[in-house]
Amino acid sequence: MSLNLLLQISPEVSPSTLGTANPISIAIFFLFVAITLYITYWAAKKTKTGSEFYAAGRNISGFQNGLALAGDYMSAASFLGIAGMVATKGYDGLIYSIGFLVGWPLIMFLVAEPLRNLGKYTFADVVAFRLKQRPIRIAAAAGSLMTIAFYLIAQMVGAGSLIKTLFGLDYEIAVFVVGIVMTSYVLFGGMLATTWVQIIKAVLLLSGATILVLLALAKFNFSPGELFLSVKSQYGADMLAPGGFITNPFDALSLGLALMLGTAGLPHILMRFYTVPDDKAARKSVFVATGFIGYFYILTFFIGFAALALVGKDAILGLDKGGNMAALLLAENTGGSAFLGFIASVAFATILAVVAGLTLSGASTISHDLYVHVVKHGVSDEKGEMKVAKRATIFLGILAVALGLMFKGQNVAFMVGLAFSIAASANFPALLMSIIWKGFTTKGAVWCMVTGASLALILIVLSPTVMVDIMGYSEAIFPLKNPTIVSMTSAFVVGIIVSLLQPEKEAADLFESEKLRTYLGHGSEK
Amino acid sequence: MSKTNTHEILQSKAFKKLVTNRWNISLSFTFVMLFVYIGFLLLVAYDKDALKMPIGESLNLAIVVGLGIILFSWLITGAYVYWANNYYDEAVKEIKKEII
Repeated sequence: MSLNLLLQISPEVSPSTLGTANPISIAIFFLFVAITLYITYWAAKKTKTGSEFYAAGRNISGFQNGLALAGDYMSAASFLGIAGMVATKGYDGLIYSIGFLVGWPLIMFLVAEPLRNLGKYTFADVVAFRLKQRPIRIAAAAGSLMTIAFYLIAQMVGAGSLIKTLFGLDYEIAVFVVGIVMTSYVLFGGMLATTWVQIIKAVLLLSGATILVLLALAKFNFSPGELFLSVKSQYGADMLAPGGFITNPFDALSLGLALMLGTAGLPHILMRFYTVPDDKAARKSVFVATGFIGYFYILTFFIGFAALALVGKDAILGLDKGGNMAALLLAENTGGSAFLGFIASVAFATILAVVAGLTLSGASTISHDLYVHVVKHGVSDEKGEMKVAKRATIFLGILAVALGLMFKGQNVAFMVGLAFSIAASANFPALLMSIIWKGFTTKGAVWCMVTGASLALILIVLSPTVMVDIMGYSEAIFPLKNPTIVSMTSAFVVGIIVSLLQPEKEAADLFESEKLRTYLGHGSEK
Repeated sequence: MSKTNTHEILQSKAFKKLVTNRWNISLSFTFVMLFVYIGFLLLVAYDKDALKMPIGESLNLAIVVGLGIILFSWLITGAYVYWANNYYDEAVKEIKKEII
């Protein structure tokens, strides 16, 4: 996984106003927090039952959910990281963002509608639908919580460093602010508040990035061609074509599979399909999300090149060796410090919204999968479940802050890759096979998830990503930078073999009646 | 809905056709998407020079293909939604009308 997702920042060499307290960004950020907390207050009055807390009462429209999905997916890492990657490595940044996008069509074709029809609050609902509840819930919760934890660490550490650079605020204070505000969203407003925070942030991010591209293109007579020519004349034609990002095709394929299929296994993304009324709306929301995310990646491509042409590579690398400040430097270059303040506060809002989504999904895993189905054997008393869900939210809020403080200054860039890798290896294979394969059994599913998660975890530690880049060995035991091609394939193979060795008659019988719900939506959660 | 009725629906020609069609479409679309994306990665890995081919004055093949894949990903989800709204949902309506 690219080092670009890491926000290693050295503000002392800053030639711009970055790193000082910009009154405009602080004002806009406070306005964002005030509005979203008001929404949380409004949502709190409508969040009483489990279905309201976990799934916003299933009243979010397809279009709204599409925006919220896009909001969940467009993290600060993808905004600043990919623009930065384009600004420093050129075209290679686009290869990376394409990998993130192509998972979305697969969510549409393979999981969105069955997920909505079969499940209630978590993706484990679908896997456990006709299998034995307890073993499946435990294995699926482990996969979910690992994915969420690694994703969360990367976001919190990124948040601390980013905010320090943007606002001149201490790392620790930034981490606390993020922890407290996002916990309030989830704790009081549940999914309804989290969804609207996500929608507002998505609109702000998309419009901010659009204005940024327009301001930059104005300097090239609104002609992308002139922008490319300017990059070419300053840095050579190779900047506009693939460079060193992909050299080993197996590495490329492995990373490609992680990004593509991991998207279809991210618990906080899958959870959003329960917020819409039916499978038709679920379908529409993927179309809307794919459109906005694709548009966003096209914008980051232009932002990166415009920063390269207007700000210059040396200035970008001088501020942050990963290039992460490229979009912000471009904002200052084209729109002055007021516009820089706007873009900076949008980046902050982005982190807040993403960690809120992760926390809610973690809380629903703990309360719905572990408490109700493992501890209480599926006999849920709604009051008890909600109490656990709220406690889990507070626990995860504290945990997020603690992890953010613990990993300060550490190289956590690989953790986003690891989160995608576990999602692709543990969550996605089990989810897909439970939907399409009649012969899938409880044992098969558990072994599939355990194999995928543990192989992804072990192999990444043995890979060059950790052994060479972080631990400093000259060579790694496992040759690929991303383990997914091995861990995901093994998860599928193990799941199939174990299921075939010991068929589960009840599960196969239930598969038939499950079909009415999968394909006709008969009996789906309303 | 009674148990025999459930069995009837599951065994009906219309329902079986619905399920087969759904997966024929989804799996073909999935393979097209995998083919496009993996093909792109392999092209980048094995023939970087081909992608440097200039197109017009300021563009090259790499940029056109890259942005094209983004557009294609969106269009193919649109194609699925179109199919599902117009054919799948209609077939579901028919089945529900006839049997349930």
